[in-house]
Amino acid sequence: MAMSVTEISQGLATGNFSSVEVTRDYLARIAQHNPVLNCFISVTEELALAQAGLADASRAAGKAGALTGVPLAHKDLFCTDGVRTSCASRILDNFIAPYDATVIEHFKHDGAVMLGKTNMDEFAMGSSNENSYYGCVANPWNTAHVPGGSSGGSAAAVAAGLAPGATGTDTGGSIRQPAAFCGVTGIKPTYGRVSRYGMVAFASSLDQGGPFARSAEDCALLLRTMAGFDRRDSTCSEQEVPDYPAYLGRGIEGLKIGLPVEYFAEGLDSKLATVIETAIGELRKLGAEVQDISLPNTGLSIPTYYVVAMAECSSNLSRFDGVRFGHRCEDPLDLEDLYKRSRGEGFGAEVKRRILIGTYALSAGYYDAYYLKAQQLRRMIKDDFQQAFENVDLILSPTTPGVAFKIGAKTDDPVSMYLQDIYTISLNLAGLPGMSLPAGFVDGLPVGMQLIGNYFDEAGLLNAAHSYQQVTDWHLQTPILKT
Amino acid sequence: MSDWESVIGLEIHAQLATVSKIFSGASTAFGAAPNTQACVVDLGMPGVLPVLNREAVSMAIRFGVAIDAEIDHRSVFARKNYFYPDLPKGYQISQFELPIVGKGHIFISPSEGVTREVGITRAHLEEDAGKSIHDQFPEQSGIDLNRAGTPLLEIVSEPDMRSAREAVAYARKMHSLVRYLEICDGNMQEGSFRCDANVSVRRKGAQKLGTRAEIKNINSFRFLERAINYEIERQIDLIEDGGRVVQETRLYDSERDETRSMRSKEEANDYRYFPDPDLLPVTVSEEDIARIRAELPELPEQKKQRYIDELALSDYNAELLTSNRDTAIYFETALAESPELSAQLANWILGDLAGALNKAGMEVSAAPISAMMLAQLVARIADDTISGKIAKEVFEAMWQGEGTADEIIAARGLKQITDSGAIETLIDEVIAANPEQVEQFRAGKEKVLGFFVGRIMQQSQGKANPGQVNALLREKLKA
Repeated sequence: MAMSVTEISQGLATGNFSSVEVTRDYLARIAQHNPVLNCFISVTEELALAQAGLADASRAAGKAGALTGVPLAHKDLFCTDGVRTSCASRILDNFIAPYDATVIEHFKHDGAVMLGKTNMDEFAMGSSNENSYYGCVANPWNTAHVPGGSSGGSAAAVAAGLAPGATGTDTGGSIRQPAAFCGVTGIKPTYGRVSRYGMVAFASSLDQGGPFARSAEDCALLLRTMAGFDRRDSTCSEQEVPDYPAYLGRGIEGLKIGLPVEYFAEGLDSKLATVIETAIGELRKLGAEVQDISLPNTGLSIPTYYVVAMAECSSNLSRFDGVRFGHRCEDPLDLEDLYKRSRGEGFGAEVKRRILIGTYALSAGYYDAYYLKAQQLRRMIKDDFQQAFENVDLILSPTTPGVAFKIGAKTDDPVSMYLQDIYTISLNLAGLPGMSLPAGFVDGLPVGMQLIGNYFDEAGLLNAAHSYQQVTDWHLQTPILKT
Repeated sequence: MSDWESVIGLEIHAQLATVSKIFSGASTAFGAAPNTQACVVDLGMPGVLPVLNREAVSMAIRFGVAIDAEIDHRSVFARKNYFYPDLPKGYQISQFELPIVGKGHIFISPSEGVTREVGITRAHLEEDAGKSIHDQFPEQSGIDLNRAGTPLLEIVSEPDMRSAREAVAYARKMHSLVRYLEICDGNMQEGSFRCDANVSVRRKGAQKLGTRAEIKNINSFRFLERAINYEIERQIDLIEDGGRVVQETRLYDSERDETRSMRSKEEANDYRYFPDPDLLPVTVSEEDIARIRAELPELPEQKKQRYIDELALSDYNAELLTSNRDTAIYFETALAESPELSAQLANWILGDLAGALNKAGMEVSAAPISAMMLAQLVARIADDTISGKIAKEVFEAMWQGEGTADEIIAARGLKQITDSGAIETLIDEVIAANPEQVEQFRAGKEKVLGFFVGRIMQQSQGKANPGQVNALLREKLKA
């Protein structure tokens, strides 16, 4: 039976077990199940045990916080000093950063233990984890299915109990969609809430880090450590970080929840819709007032997103050129050959597709029609939400249109793959916080419910999710793992 | 040649004299071992982010205020995308649509008594690239990223110049201005101040601009003049021979004194500019601008006017003294010592000192004769301790490091003889020794007077006061 972050934190505090013991436990589970699930790209066993030992010593010295000694996994695009950061790409297969991402620094500061680095879609580009140089992650609920993406390794690791909590990043749904597919809780904070420093960029204006865990309560604990101002990230907010765990338990009596009619429309799996209807019923019972709202520009989200994200990524990924770090082709003939082959060999197909599309969108003569237009639409999408939040406190929707699909089912159809993100993507464009939490099952696979909050209302989101989890047990379900 | 008009605009890249880089905390000092002043941000490592150095913004505003420009209250950094090994991120952070400094202007004096206004289109902030080193390793290139991320102010002029001479006057004026403003050290050898010239030609009277070529790689004012003149001639010859000028970038080769095509417009990169999502728009308040305006040092134009109005210097001397900030500082330091001698000090600084510096290939800041020393020398002429002629000898000795004017005058016994008794004795001796010439004088040959003066000065080793010698000699000869 997998433990939660909160349970481990309490167990460590009461001395039921040491950090070394619990870390050994997780390392053993990883050793047992990772060969099938492929959640981890790197397992940092030695480092984890050393950190656990130090955490136990700190605790013995009376210096321990809530996360001291708690083992966690990190998405392999958070740079980790001395430990490979691959972004699941061949081009960074040999890359070891000489610095920690701010998020990693925060966890180190709070004494958390790093079990390893989790698998993902290459450079966070994908919705199924099939775009990893290290192979696809299997969904712990059914290993023939995808775990979602891009943070599929983190979501699957938490679902399978290979880590009680993990970090992820979300550019268009990369935390919420895999959280939904794997039946765990994940939150994408407001843009600017968590520092992006040391988090390898996919699309700078959309990327945001956040945690996965077994419950909203656990997410609150992890987010408290991850969030906060960082002078090294100019887009990071100076707004104070609330004590999220302390905010939980207020209930949702009178909370106004909006249901965007555009999200409960064609394309949504009917069985999944029924699951969400049931969850809405639970929230009503808790005192929430539910009403329909409209986000009229929803249909523009996907095209807008793909122009913005691809334009930014085409530029962000220019630094991977084989000159200073990462993969370099053998015996380049000249500079152009060095660039072409290093990048040609280093990047996977989806990454190349996005770089090409982004380069095109920014080209002279196309910029106005694509990039500039997309920026205008982005403002319209943002305005939709701002108007909606004048009448409601939270917005609720399914996280995805369907449950986890079979590995290989959508690989030949990128557009159908992109449509996976239809309910999640608008939030990134607007910069709003959102989370996914388990709400039931369809065909033995988890269904995720998405809650969307107003800017910097992570506390409100976590509180609502926690209230729901107090009266339901979907988040407590665990998959039976085959070995 | 005479039916052609050349049209020139300059793009100047001035490295801003900030302590650290524009988007990282690494040092901007020149000359360190390769790649020792490049931090992870300068290296373009994965995940790192730029953070704007506000000092660079202040310096840009200082410049904008000095050229009377519009300062944009909101300006945006954009990415200029292209691949090159010394450009670590694969893009340069620059400004495109909303530069920090908008339209402004300066005045230049291409020749004595001529003043022209040159429009400034814009000035924007950007980061410098690193350096590729092609000659140190066989079959490999080295990359030094120490310079990567150094702040640059790119100053773009209107095509307002009509000759290489005007372009040089403009470049010198800008060079002087950025040094006055203390925003750039102006060192052209180290690349702190670089000029690119856009040159085109057209028939006199034509309204439409000709096709321009952009000339790069010019690292001195002399080369700027030569490169532009070469390019003007090349374009005129080309058109007169029935050819067409193509829009292209050309490199100036100072050894062969020619420009060569580097890339044509068709080969030019599509830089795919877009706003950098890692940086917020820069906002500048009215108060920021007012504060910077209030802190502005006295600018060359103001200084020149003050020299004319308060020190009664000629327009020409005032212009020369103020065209270089270090010269003005030298002059003002000397003036503080000898406040009554502005005209004499100006003449010495612009005459003997400038000549000696020029001969030695030295900057005024490195002159072996300090401003205080020069002031003392000039004061000794004014108080009749030495003559102007002896002063030149003292100046030479000071240049050689023999000490101050007073020390040299004492050591060499150069103090002027003003005792009329002593001068009379000298005159008597010379008259006695040259009876023939005395006869000639008395016969009306006034010219012989010069002979006597020469002899007397020679006898006194130049120390006799020439005025006294003249007066007393006439008296004695007439007697």
